Amino acid sequence: MPRITLEPRFQVEYLSILDSDGNLDTALEPKLAGEDLRALYRAMVLGRRLDERMVRLQRQGRIGTFAPIKGQEASQMGSAFTLRRIDWMVPSFRETAAMIWRGWPIEKLLLFFAGQLEGGQPALDQHDLPITIPVATQLPHAVGLAYAAQYRGDDVVVMAYFGDGATSEGDFHEALNFAGVWHVPVVFVCQNNQWAISVPLKKQTHSRTIAQKALAYGLPGIQVDGNDVLAVYAAAREAVDRARAGDGPTLIECVTYRLGVHTTADDPTKYRTEEEVAMWEQKDPLTRFRAYLEKRNLLETNLEQRIDEEIAEAVRRFESAPPADPLTMFDHVYAELPADLKAQREEMAAREPAVPARAGEPPMPPPGPTPMRGQRLTRR
Amino acid sequence: MPKLNMVKALNLALFQAMEHDADVLVLGEDVGVDGGVFRVTDDLQRKFGSQRVIDSPLAEAAIIGTAVGMALYGLKPVCEIQFSGFAFQCFHQIENHCARYRARSQGRFHIPMVIRMPYGGSVRALEHHSESEEQFYAHISGLKMVIPSGPRNARALLAAAIRDPDPVIFFEAKALYHAAKEEVPEESETVPLGRAQVAREGSALTLIAYGAMVRVALEAADVLRDEDGIDAEVIDLLTISPLDRDALVTSVKKTGRAVVVHEAPRSFGPGAEIAASIMDGAFLSLEAPVRRVAAHDVPFVGFAREKANIPDVPRVVAAARATLAF
Repeated sequence: MPRITLEPRFQVEYLSILDSDGNLDTALEPKLAGEDLRALYRAMVLGRRLDERMVRLQRQGRIGTFAPIKGQEASQMGSAFTLRRIDWMVPSFRETAAMIWRGWPIEKLLLFFAGQLEGGQPALDQHDLPITIPVATQLPHAVGLAYAAQYRGDDVVVMAYFGDGATSEGDFHEALNFAGVWHVPVVFVCQNNQWAISVPLKKQTHSRTIAQKALAYGLPGIQVDGNDVLAVYAAAREAVDRARAGDGPTLIECVTYRLGVHTTADDPTKYRTEEEVAMWEQKDPLTRFRAYLEKRNLLETNLEQRIDEEIAEAVRRFESAPPADPLTMFDHVYAELPADLKAQREEMAAREPAVPARAGEPPMPPPGPTPMRGQRLTRR
Repeated sequence: MPKLNMVKALNLALFQAMEHDADVLVLGEDVGVDGGVFRVTDDLQRKFGSQRVIDSPLAEAAIIGTAVGMALYGLKPVCEIQFSGFAFQCFHQIENHCARYRARSQGRFHIPMVIRMPYGGSVRALEHHSESEEQFYAHISGLKMVIPSGPRNARALLAAAIRDPDPVIFFEAKALYHAAKEEVPEESETVPLGRAQVAREGSALTLIAYGAMVRVALEAADVLRDEDGIDAEVIDLLTISPLDRDALVTSVKKTGRAVVVHEAPRSFGPGAEIAASIMDGAFLSLEAPVRRVAAHDVPFVGFAREKANIPDVPRVVAAARATLAF
């Protein structure tokens, strides 16, 4: 029996449009209106400034541990920017910039990181899942959402986020496999930031790229310069259009770098060198995009200042939010509170002092059966 | 009324739920063309198509994980895990997500899904095909844990589980699939989740059981009546969690004595929670300590030794006599 080479031979593309020296491939440059480019830059700067502000809030004890995004603004914004409001975004836990772009109020995210579950509640018309912490476990949810949308005949694309570490988890592989078999409209966006806490990519996988993992599942995979927002946008545009046209899922690997800590509880000097960080700082996604906009005369004046004011206002709203009422921990366990839990709630009510309602605010609704809230916004 | 075994009764519940509601989907390994390894989903794919009765790839975590996504979108997936022994490969999806999404999203999302799993021994099956592990699910807040004891209540409970807005773990005793036929009404029938039933009234002692052990408890009650002239009450829990504590307390206040029977290993099992509930609610009525007849705290015994491990009628009778003699 012969040993033959199977066709087709697989290949993985790498896409870069605007490099860190400011070189631009005009043939590949996406045709984005000036207004869109400004909005994109604005969202990235907001992500960066908020990140810095949140680190300070954490150090001051005003919020708890969180995962900064510094360095990954292009990866998440270039991709999320391609979504429409009716599309779904499925985040992990390092997508602050993209989540705000999608419609999460800043103060809500701050609440979330201050340990208040209210911060994880998307608005009723928002097609976003809340933050998922167990690594890669949100990826099958994205596939299920996409299956359901397809089943209902809805014109919806689902975009799911995760990091390089997630590609070692079974759920990543199962999700890609199911997505391939079911041929559903989902785009997997890997923010390969080189480090899963202290473990570098080379100890995470022996594959040359993460993008090539898609090929085993019969999906297209592409690697892009994740610090080049134009390249990320172009790749995501292509993937979203493919999904929307009924041509199935795509895996996008954004090669980027976590310039900051894994979370505010982490000390990266234990596992990586200053030289490495300095080398990646040269590739900062904001620097090159700013230069690009400057050349096109699209930079807004006083942008940073206005963003800082917006953040300061959100921080004020966050800090004037009502304190967490312990009794509400029973409100969303089941649609209807079982007798057991009612008794536990009463026990607590007898023990805990009542949280005074803030002046001018309506009192908390009494506990009881929460209404069935169908998630359906579109009908078959 | 047709007489159906439990497999046919469950199939009827699925068929009617799917006919009634286009949002109900079935997914799992071999549930489509094959109709499930126990045939519970027999013929559903032919009737409702392969988009609604999905032969999924072989991966438990993604079966549950994608079903969570479908539920988030508003569908009502009914998943089959081929044997409960394989559910640890999706346990993280069940605990981390099915059970928590309502709380995590503060009511914005809920997970109206059902996870069906055959469980339990006495069918000469291999490791991972014979276990009784309901205690893990009963411990997780946000889930409901349901175990029917016969064809009619299996059908009514599954119909109720599919309509329930919260995630339900639905255990089906393999030993009961073909054990008996019962009259099952053709028109749709549900029984409320979270309520126990008195399977047999009595006054001297309460036997508490669920699933395949209800039959054992009822037979033990017959022996106690015939040989000891003792009138035992038998409570069929039907739902393990949320536990119907009122039903237990009411019965034990009447009888003063209780024996819990379950196939799950004894330590930290449902029997412990049941005993504690009785202590809480009926302490002054108790004439004897609550006893547990359960499987032993060993990982797995193989079916050649299974008879010595799973509670049977003589063990239940002996425990009842010891309780009565206390």
